[in-house]
Amino acid sequence: MDSMAAIRQTFFQECEEQLSEMELGLLAMDEGNADSETVNAVFRAVHSIKGGAGAFKLSQLVQFAHTFETALDHVRGGKLTPTPDVMKVMLRAADVLADLVEASRDGREINEASYEGIAADVKALTVVDGVEEVEEPIDFQPTVIDFGLPEISVEAAPVANALHEYHINFTPRAELYDNANEAVLVLRELNRLGTMQATCDASAIPSLDEVDPNGAYLSWSVSLSSEAEISSVREVFEFVEGEAELAIETDGQAEVSDADIAALLAQALGSTSAEAPTTMLEMPVEAGQEESAPKQEMSPTETPSSEPAAVHVLSVEAAKPEAKIASVPTQTTIRVEFDRVDRLINLVGELVINQAMLSQRVIEANFAGSSSVVIGLEELEQLTREIQESVMAIRAQPVKPMFQRMSRTVREVADATGKEVRLKTEGEATEVDKTVVERLAEPLTHMIRNAVDHGIEAPEVRLAAGKPAEGTVRLTAAHRSGRIVIEISDDGAGVNRQKVLASAIKKGLIPADAQLSDSDIDNLLFLPGFSTAATISNISGRGVGMDVVKRSIQALGGRISISSRPGLGSTFSMSLPLTLAVLDGMAVSVAGQTLVVPLTAIVETLKPKKTDIHGLGAEGRVMSIRETFVPLIDLGAELGFRDTPAQPENSVAILVETGGGTRNALLVDSIQDQRQVVIKSLEANYGTVAGIAAATILGDGRVALILDVDALVTASFEESLSGELHYGTGG
Amino acid sequence: MQENGFAANSANNEFVAFRVGAQEFCVDIMGVREIRGWTPATPLPHAPPYVRGVINLRGAVLPIVDLAMRFGLGLTEPTPRSVIIVVHIHQQIVGLLVDAVSDILTSSEASMQPTPDIASDMAKTFVKGVYAVDGRMISIVTLDSVLPINAKAAA
Repeated sequence: MDSMAAIRQTFFQECEEQLSEMELGLLAMDEGNADSETVNAVFRAVHSIKGGAGAFKLSQLVQFAHTFETALDHVRGGKLTPTPDVMKVMLRAADVLADLVEASRDGREINEASYEGIAADVKALTVVDGVEEVEEPIDFQPTVIDFGLPEISVEAAPVANALHEYHINFTPRAELYDNANEAVLVLRELNRLGTMQATCDASAIPSLDEVDPNGAYLSWSVSLSSEAEISSVREVFEFVEGEAELAIETDGQAEVSDADIAALLAQALGSTSAEAPTTMLEMPVEAGQEESAPKQEMSPTETPSSEPAAVHVLSVEAAKPEAKIASVPTQTTIRVEFDRVDRLINLVGELVINQAMLSQRVIEANFAGSSSVVIGLEELEQLTREIQESVMAIRAQPVKPMFQRMSRTVREVADATGKEVRLKTEGEATEVDKTVVERLAEPLTHMIRNAVDHGIEAPEVRLAAGKPAEGTVRLTAAHRSGRIVIEISDDGAGVNRQKVLASAIKKGLIPADAQLSDSDIDNLLFLPGFSTAATISNISGRGVGMDVVKRSIQALGGRISISSRPGLGSTFSMSLPLTLAVLDGMAVSVAGQTLVVPLTAIVETLKPKKTDIHGLGAEGRVMSIRETFVPLIDLGAELGFRDTPAQPENSVAILVETGGGTRNALLVDSIQDQRQVVIKSLEANYGTVAGIAAATILGDGRVALILDVDALVTASFEESLSGELHYGTGG
Repeated sequence: MQENGFAANSANNEFVAFRVGAQEFCVDIMGVREIRGWTPATPLPHAPPYVRGVINLRGAVLPIVDLAMRFGLGLTEPTPRSVIIVVHIHQQIVGLLVDAVSDILTSSEASMQPTPDIASDMAKTFVKGVYAVDGRMISIVTLDSVLPINAKAAA
């Protein structure tokens, strides 16, 4: 059972890859820059999903994938032109397929009605001139067009309804199993074509001690009576081509088998060994064979002679480059459990700390700068840094899959709002830590929705403004100074500042007489409780606004900003750390302890004067910074590291901003430096600690705590509140 | 399998015995990961007094519980001879600060005596039973409730 579950898991993992491949190909087709290989790739992706789904008996998925695949096959065969309308259906079908995969993975019930419409649309695509093709029993079978051989006369084509008798000899080679194909699946597929009788020939199985566990010893001879054309029968074997000996006889008429062609080719090329064509030749032969097959079929009286051999040689030439492309793997990857990578990262983190400690000792031991110890240590330091970077790179993933998902969001929202929107993406190859990618998906979806729903105008409004009816949302990613910058821009109307201002005043978020600059007004969008849409639509107005987006970005250690130009559109720009495993922080000293304050929370650092500090209430203190008063939090006292309040004149104040936008001043003894720290979990072995986000390990091997500024500020506020109450009741 | 075999015929289990103040305790050796010297811990804010803080154990952040304080025997003054016993408690790893490791005992379930019935919360909470070894009394410690409750709930 367990191994089955593992295989199932692998299947769904692969499905995800196939889906992303498919989506990529479809988008390329949509943009009109697709070649035949792109269409093939999409077809293969859908076909693989179908195949795998069949093995797990996911019948709904198989059925839909099959419908989809048929439509794609028509595109591939040139019978269906990928017009924008066709592509629209295709893309929606892709979305449905993704949904079905997801539902199957989670074992959810699939409501067939939910995708019936789109399935019908896809099916409709395969209806050419009112005649539906494919397996359905119908009167006319125009398959000959497939091969593009104009000399074939229609008379020669067999009547579609007539039953064909096929005799198929199928002998899988070891490669077939090596490539994770399975003879039984092929036979099962064959069985769908008609009535089938298969006999297995096990005579080739050697005695047990000679048996090669990876070998292939079984062969099948199949009698099939089917209405299907020989091309459909061949199609069944499409995926095992070149991995099996295959001979198909039609109504007693032998079709040229692989071996025959190989022999002929060898002959034509003057090879001395006709029986054993070199492996180099094998591949092109098979690639060319498909084209040759119908010719053989059409002229059954023609005896195999040097002439077809010449044809084969020609098609070998033609097929060669394609075969080559197909055989070059795009990128070799391995699947590694996430835990293992994390363990490696931990160990490397430890190595870095150890190395730092060692350096410290060497400095203490007063070695000369030119001594071999110091030089060796420097080399070690460099190596360690490189190892650390490489290990971090393992966790890094391109943003491409996430970007691809966004195009779906754009489609859905555009459909729902009746707008025409195209998503353009740039920098999909930009890599960022897996966790960042995962946690970025939601805020990004929200922003994309906003861009389409609020940013882009309706087509008629756009035309009136002299813009193309189709709006563009641009999604870009780039690395900039050790961070990833993601931008979402639209060419819509831009922020309607009057409306924003009026709305903010009406909601009491700002005073009515507030004087705000344009960018100040734009930033009002991020205020909690702000919603711009005049009518709350069911797309972006779900009670969550940009403030939620901002908070999630900040939770990732990022910052977000907006710039907008009236009539030209808006741009949201996010800058995020490349990894959540390390954090930029400021190391500070408090009561003899080292603490790390995340840099993203820090606005500025100040040296307070005694006159800047004012008491407020029983214990509360505030600090005046340029005429505004912010609550002062004495870190040492707050965290219980000391009992007496710190003297402001001997301390440093760090002005921090919480996710909610409130500002506080943290009083610390001194600032040590600014550094990157490796984040270590406190929860793993202990639990959550109020006001502390995580821990890190310093160069001297000791643990330092990383502050959770938001929680600290909230806790401090509540504490002072309860303190006041306590004093109130006490007095 | 082997462990089960041991338990089934209630053969001998091994225990690490240690000293906390003047009393002796022991824990099942299967739960002990390693024994190491004392290193100063980083204090945790708002932690109960028996949580001495956290230390770095090869990259993992390890909380240190002062067993004397936990058992109500007063705060341990760590000396260079103080020892941290690193133990597994469920999924977590915790360091126990004790005065010294005294012995490795081999004893069977059968020879375990029930905890003497005294009005001590500590005994009820942390002591599973006692062994008599050469005239000494060694209490078998259950580690389940050594960490603060909120920390366990959060983990």
